[in-house]
Amino acid sequence: MSLMRPSSPHTHSASSISSTSSVMRTVVLATLPGLIALTHFFGVGSILNLLLAIIFCLGFETLALKLRKKPVLFYLGDYSALVTAILLALAVPPYAPWWLIATGSFFAIVVAKHLYGGLGFNPFNPAMVGYVVLLISFPVEMTQWRIPAIEGLGYLPLLDSLNAIFAGAHLDGFTSATPLDAIKHNQGLTVEDLYATHSAFQSAKIAGTGWEWVNIGFLVGGLYLLYQKVFTWHAPVGMLAALFILPVFFYDGGSSASAGSPFFHLFSGATMLGAFFIITDPVTSATSTLGRLIYGAAIGALVFIIRVWGNYPDAVAFAVLLMNFAAPFIDYYTVPRTYGHERAQSALRKEDEH
Amino acid sequence: MEFFIILLSTVLVNNFVLVQFLGLCPFMGVSNKLETAIGMSAATTFVLTLASICSYMVHAWILTPLGLTYLKTISFILVIAAVVQFAKMFIEKTSPLLYRVLGVFLPLITTNCAVLGVALQNTNKAHNFFESAVYGFGAAVGFSLVLILFSAMRERLAVADVPSPFKGAAIGMITAGLMALAFMGFAGLV
Repeated sequence: MSLMRPSSPHTHSASSISSTSSVMRTVVLATLPGLIALTHFFGVGSILNLLLAIIFCLGFETLALKLRKKPVLFYLGDYSALVTAILLALAVPPYAPWWLIATGSFFAIVVAKHLYGGLGFNPFNPAMVGYVVLLISFPVEMTQWRIPAIEGLGYLPLLDSLNAIFAGAHLDGFTSATPLDAIKHNQGLTVEDLYATHSAFQSAKIAGTGWEWVNIGFLVGGLYLLYQKVFTWHAPVGMLAALFILPVFFYDGGSSASAGSPFFHLFSGATMLGAFFIITDPVTSATSTLGRLIYGAAIGALVFIIRVWGNYPDAVAFAVLLMNFAAPFIDYYTVPRTYGHERAQSALRKEDEH
Repeated sequence: MEFFIILLSTVLVNNFVLVQFLGLCPFMGVSNKLETAIGMSAATTFVLTLASICSYMVHAWILTPLGLTYLKTISFILVIAAVVQFAKMFIEKTSPLLYRVLGVFLPLITTNCAVLGVALQNTNKAHNFFESAVYGFGAAVGFSLVLILFSAMRERLAVADVPSPFKGAAIGMITAGLMALAFMGFAGLV
């Protein structure tokens, strides 16, 4: 009699959230609140971004699979390219020219994913690779965020949006500094005055017009994913805790040199999108729970450091890539204790034994 | 504080491997296994710090008073070769295993452009004795950091289903490129 010895992970049933495709579908669903908030404040641009990104990402995925002679429909069916497309589209500013999305999709899908052997082998988060390549290569286009649509300023008409995306029409007078830019280039105003005078903080409660709601949207989606047990709490809690504790030391009550309040950092830029949708990627993050806690906390710390002292206003993408790079090393030193052993054995020692 | 800024600058912002692209041969050559990479890092740290100090002393106390600064490149190479020889004998006696594992890469530290790069940049930036020491040490820490992290990652890449044209050094180069992109995020910290 031969006994089958299947190795972990063990799939329980096709309907529960365990197969790659159902996890990915849940993630797609969970991005909706954030996408709705983005569309509400910045207009239809995010949705156009999304459509473009889906077309390009699925296109490049098909091309790469064809070149690698893999079954196309089988791999498209795991929805991982779709999730990459959505994350890239949410990160790129609305009304960005179409070639920006095309370039980002190419680097995300072909370079960051398929050159490494496809889903499961990629050491870097594909969407973040695409984003960082764009941010470094096209800094002007990548930092043009539209003024949030409040205070009587309507949405951009659809025709103008299409013009901006496909014909490269400039949207002068429609872009403004994001809250993170505003606080970075704050000249001599206390935080309170900055909130009172700068357009990026008009009618803002915590962290800048529109942006706080976008972040709340992603927080809601993230909590739904946590409830569905798509990921464990360790990495997001590590990141948010670091991003909350560090500003406490540098807030200094809101002087002109203040780095922004802890809540400002939690609810501005890509914090929540990063904490729940990007650093929880099981492929590119650390593996053990302790490892994920360290991984998340390091990302939070790097985000704060680069936001406050670096050149770039937001740093989630850089921090994620830097820690993706460190994740295999973290794994080496956070091997969990196996049942029957007194202490955890380091991965290095095991290698010596055989 | 000044030393802290030099350290931060050399380890992260102007990392010798990923931002200045110096010392790429050991970076690609010895990064296949984490253990070897750690040994190589220790050896390089030792050599870099010592070579940085020695070449400062040679430059400030011998070449400059004699007006022979045009000989600095060749004399730095001589100093580095001597320090590497010293490190080689030291490792051979203290850890024969590491000595065998590092193999040809140990004498090759002589030709590691990061070592000569540090010595030359010290004179260009007119660093004093302590600044040179910290600069050399920081460069070595930055080199070790990326070498060790990269080797942990390469062990994973070794089992990845990489398309055959990209196997081995090619995917290593692409990874190093993506890591260099990530290190751009540190721009402006100093």
